[in-house]
Amino acid sequence: MLEVIDLHASIGDVPILKGVNLRVNAGEVHAIMGPNGSGKSTLAYVLAGHPSYKATSGRALFEGQNLLAMLPENRARAGLFLSFQHPVEVPGVRFDEFMRAGFNALRKSRGVPEMGVLDFNKHLASKLGIVGMDATFTRRYVNEGFSGGEKKRGEILQMAILDPKLAILDETDSGLDVDALREVAQGINKLRRADNAILLVTHYQRILSYVTPDVVHVLIGGRIVKSGGKEMALEIETEGYDKYEDMAKALRAGA
Amino acid sequence: MNVSTGMTHRTTVQEGKYLAAFDSFQRNGAVGDPEWIHQLREAAIARFNVLGFPVARRGNEEWKYTDIRPIAATNFQPATGSAQLTLPPPDVDRLTFGNPGWSRIVFVDGVYSQELSALTSLPAGVSVVSLAQALVTHGDMIKQHMARYAPYESEAFTALNTAFAHDGALVQIADGAIAEEPVHLLFLTTGRQQDTVTYPRVLILTGKDSKATVIESYGSLDEGRYFTNAVTEVRMGSGSVLNYYKVQRQSQQAFHVSNTNVSNASGASFNSVNLDLGGGLVRNNLNVLMGEEGCSCVLNGLYLLNGTQHVDNQVIIDHTSSYTTASELYKGILDGKSHSVFHGSIIVRKGIQKVNANQVDKNLLLSDQAEADTKPAFWIYSDDVKCGHGAACGQMDENALFYLKSRGMDDKLARRVLTRAFATQVIDSIGNGAFRAAVGQIVENKLEEWLEAGESR
Ligand SMILES: Nc1ncnc2c1ncn2[C@@H]1O[C@H](COP(=O)(O)OP(=O)(O)OP(=O)(O)O)[C@@H](O)[C@H]1O
Ligand SMILES: [Mg+2]
Repeated sequence: MLEVIDLHASIGDVPILKGVNLRVNAGEVHAIMGPNGSGKSTLAYVLAGHPSYKATSGRALFEGQNLLAMLPENRARAGLFLSFQHPVEVPGVRFDEFMRAGFNALRKSRGVPEMGVLDFNKHLASKLGIVGMDATFTRRYVNEGFSGGEKKRGEILQMAILDPKLAILDETDSGLDVDALREVAQGINKLRRADNAILLVTHYQRILSYVTPDVVHVLIGGRIVKSGGKEMALEIETEGYDKYEDMAKALRAGA
Repeated sequence: MNVSTGMTHRTTVQEGKYLAAFDSFQRNGAVGDPEWIHQLREAAIARFNVLGFPVARRGNEEWKYTDIRPIAATNFQPATGSAQLTLPPPDVDRLTFGNPGWSRIVFVDGVYSQELSALTSLPAGVSVVSLAQALVTHGDMIKQHMARYAPYESEAFTALNTAFAHDGALVQIADGAIAEEPVHLLFLTTGRQQDTVTYPRVLILTGKDSKATVIESYGSLDEGRYFTNAVTEVRMGSGSVLNYYKVQRQSQQAFHVSNTNVSNASGASFNSVNLDLGGGLVRNNLNVLMGEEGCSCVLNGLYLLNGTQHVDNQVIIDHTSSYTTASELYKGILDGKSHSVFHGSIIVRKGIQKVNANQVDKNLLLSDQAEADTKPAFWIYSDDVKCGHGAACGQMDENALFYLKSRGMDDKLARRVLTRAFATQVIDSIGNGAFRAAVGQIVENKLEEWLEAGESR
């Protein structure tokens, strides 16, 4: 579904990603772990098409299409979704209207008739339970004044509405209390299918005990230094990144 | 290539024409008016003659960013004879707002039109009459208020308006009256004659503990060039609440200068929303005197400019009493080569305690040729004051834009949504739902129009 080949990317003139390779198949969950500043969000943004993050070389294919050549909206329409580490506040735009605009933009691009307000609101109401979100939130302005946890629930609610093929979840677990984490993680599980996939960025193993990953990658210094099974996450949580930092150094020396 | 011709441009200031027009007005135009107003007008025209138009381009702080020489140089003539004009109702209807049942008083080229007005079902405790009529019937009462809150001694446009003050609206809210429904004062210009000037004059008196909503709007039937020089005086009654919405949507060639002077009262709240949705060269002076303890004001504004429009908002809030609260939020959306000016002054006098004041002006620039000058200022002579201010001019937030696109919205839709959202905070501050919806729709249509035009460029 997603294939990333030797991807290099910069913010301004500063290179951040230095050759990322990744292959995610339908039905899989991949976790990406790594210390602060290692380039996890950069990878997420480059794949989603943020204009400040430039791919300088390498490739990214999404269902065979050249992802890097596509406008961000076309990536969304093709079935890519990014749950933001820091969801943006958009005062003046109601959350339900925002979701309906996105939902209908996707439908329109697929030749499906747009959904009217009433039908959409019913559809939305049916999804609220997935993340345990109260309907009053959907009438507020997008993320404005939402707590950290509410913003993250809101992101997964959008995922439920937009029904992507590939969801990149950038630290969806940060800011959620234990109960909320369980609820949201179970929500994510409900959205899993054989024909979709998840790339999950996290610092903690806790979310992975609910959303079991097929592969765990460790990203350090803009490179994936090791990939392994779900037990790697547990190991990182107790031992930290020391040993991976050494691997990264060796990689840099070799490069 | 442009080569300077070396020609010097001479500005002709037409003050003399106004003096001549004044003579004929005093002799013929307002013969039935009480003697005191004749004297007031004489004093005002004499003052205007001394002040002249503030055309100086040096050392003229108050008019630093707004060059009114185009007004001073045009030979404007008082509009005549439009009251007899019959206008098809649809023309007027498209310039009204909200509920068609709302009471309205309509002026055509500055003159009261009974035909177009609807004053038979005014909310209980609300009285709205033509000032020209009221001068005859309520002369003594008006004398107590007129020119008391809007000083013509120091402001040339106020002096000129006062010199020609004759028609306009007198709005009175009775003590204790609670009026849910707004009353609409509609000043429309026909553009039937080129280069006409009108002098709308409004006096609003709110009774003790009353509550009311007044919409004062300026519209036009076509795209002509004319000059509106308006003065509105508001005297608040203690404990009263007035929601005052001023809507300016005149022609793109119109000159519009307004002076709104408010005298606030103890425990009273003056809430205004100033909407500039039209006009060529516009200057609004809004002065609120916080002269009694415990009064508050909320002054919001929204201006939507494109082409070569120029809109200047000068807001002065003068705290001369303790326990007073003021908050001010102006927002502008600018496209084309338009230019906006915001100059807010909050004054807190010596010995005054517990003042809370806040002013913010934010501008969204849709074109790199548009320019917003913004200057929130404080003049504080007391220690017991909480103040905040902010000013911003910028283009659309890149992160917000990306957020919308990452959900599938294309560039055009995302920009439209965010531009509209920028205006929302001010529109949301309109208390009356039907009026809020009407303004929202006007703003929506206007932005839509710009975007369409932008695409065809
Ligand atoms: N606008 C910017 N200009 C310059 N450097 C930037 C900019 N944005 C991010 N960076 C740098 O890029 C590097 C990678 O950042 P990124 O956000 O991808 O890290 P991350 O792995 O997601 O970290 P975290 O775990 O803290 O979220 C960091 O060193 C960061 O400081
Ligand atoms: Mg990050």
